[in-house]
Amino acid sequence: MNARLIPFAVFALLVVLFGVGIVWNEHHDARYVPSPLIGKAAPAFDLPRLEQPSQHVRKADLLGKPYLINVFASWCFACGEEHPVLMEYSRKFGVPLIGYDYKDQAADAKAWLDEHGNPYHEVLADISGATAIDFGVYGAPETFLVDGQGVIRYKHIGPLTPEVIAQELDPAIKALGAAR
Amino acid sequence: MKRALAVFALVLALLVSASAFAIDPLPFKDAAQRQRFQHLTSQLRCMVCQNESLDASNADLAKDLRHQIFDMMQQGKSDAQIKQYLVARYSDFVLYDPPLKASTVLLWFGPAALVLAGGIVVLVLLRRRAKPAAQIAATAETGDDW
Repeated sequence: MNARLIPFAVFALLVVLFGVGIVWNEHHDARYVPSPLIGKAAPAFDLPRLEQPSQHVRKADLLGKPYLINVFASWCFACGEEHPVLMEYSRKFGVPLIGYDYKDQAADAKAWLDEHGNPYHEVLADISGATAIDFGVYGAPETFLVDGQGVIRYKHIGPLTPEVIAQELDPAIKALGAAR
Repeated sequence: MKRALAVFALVLALLVSASAFAIDPLPFKDAAQRQRFQHLTSQLRCMVCQNESLDASNADLAKDLRHQIFDMMQQGKSDAQIKQYLVARYSDFVLYDPPLKASTVLLWFGPAALVLAGGIVVLVLLRRRAKPAAQIAATAETGDDW
């Protein structure tokens, strides 16, 4: 090969490399960090109900059937974007959708649900956010799919959209049904 | 002069305290413990802001995690145990210093491999270019056997 072509070849390689980088970044959110909890048992929790704080719900109470946990908060802007989607889909998932009110004031959360509607089967309140640390929550909204054995099967970070539900969440729920 | 010194000392104290207690004061039992805490939290990523360390971040979650780490230190947990606790929840991404394992081999050795490959290319090119001269030098040296 002509040695004069080497710089051009190197340049072309760099263009390809950077081009791949740009395309990759457009399709992959750098904020998305795969949860190490997928495939592992969900952490044990013991949280009060938002509506009746004297009643607690424990992980053991929910064993036996799969369920979804949706982490939200009244202060969370993206949760407002996600909310209409949940209102539309919550009855179509085929598994109960449990709201997880994250680092919120109970009164604010209740007012928020009154105003926008309540898509949840029930709502648990984690006012301090201590249990959320065990779940590895770092940005609401987040959604976890937990199977009947209490194992986390899927996690989505960021607002659920009809596309994410059709392409990821629904297949994950169906896979649980097939496994049973 | 005395006054200038006093002002200087005050400014210095403010600068130091601003960096040490900018976010929330924790009841450290001594300076060594505080240093250990700052050293540890500066190696950990704030998952909310991602380009800030837990030590520097003002995010709510970072504050909670600092308290959690402080509590674990009080319980006598080692730095490795605390890191393990966070990695189990937030993955290796919380560590600014990624561990060496199968999925990070390229990250660890890729740059060195590239430098090595480049070095070999340069060496080969230089050798090729320097060959005629080297041959002359070699023949000249064989005659000189002191």
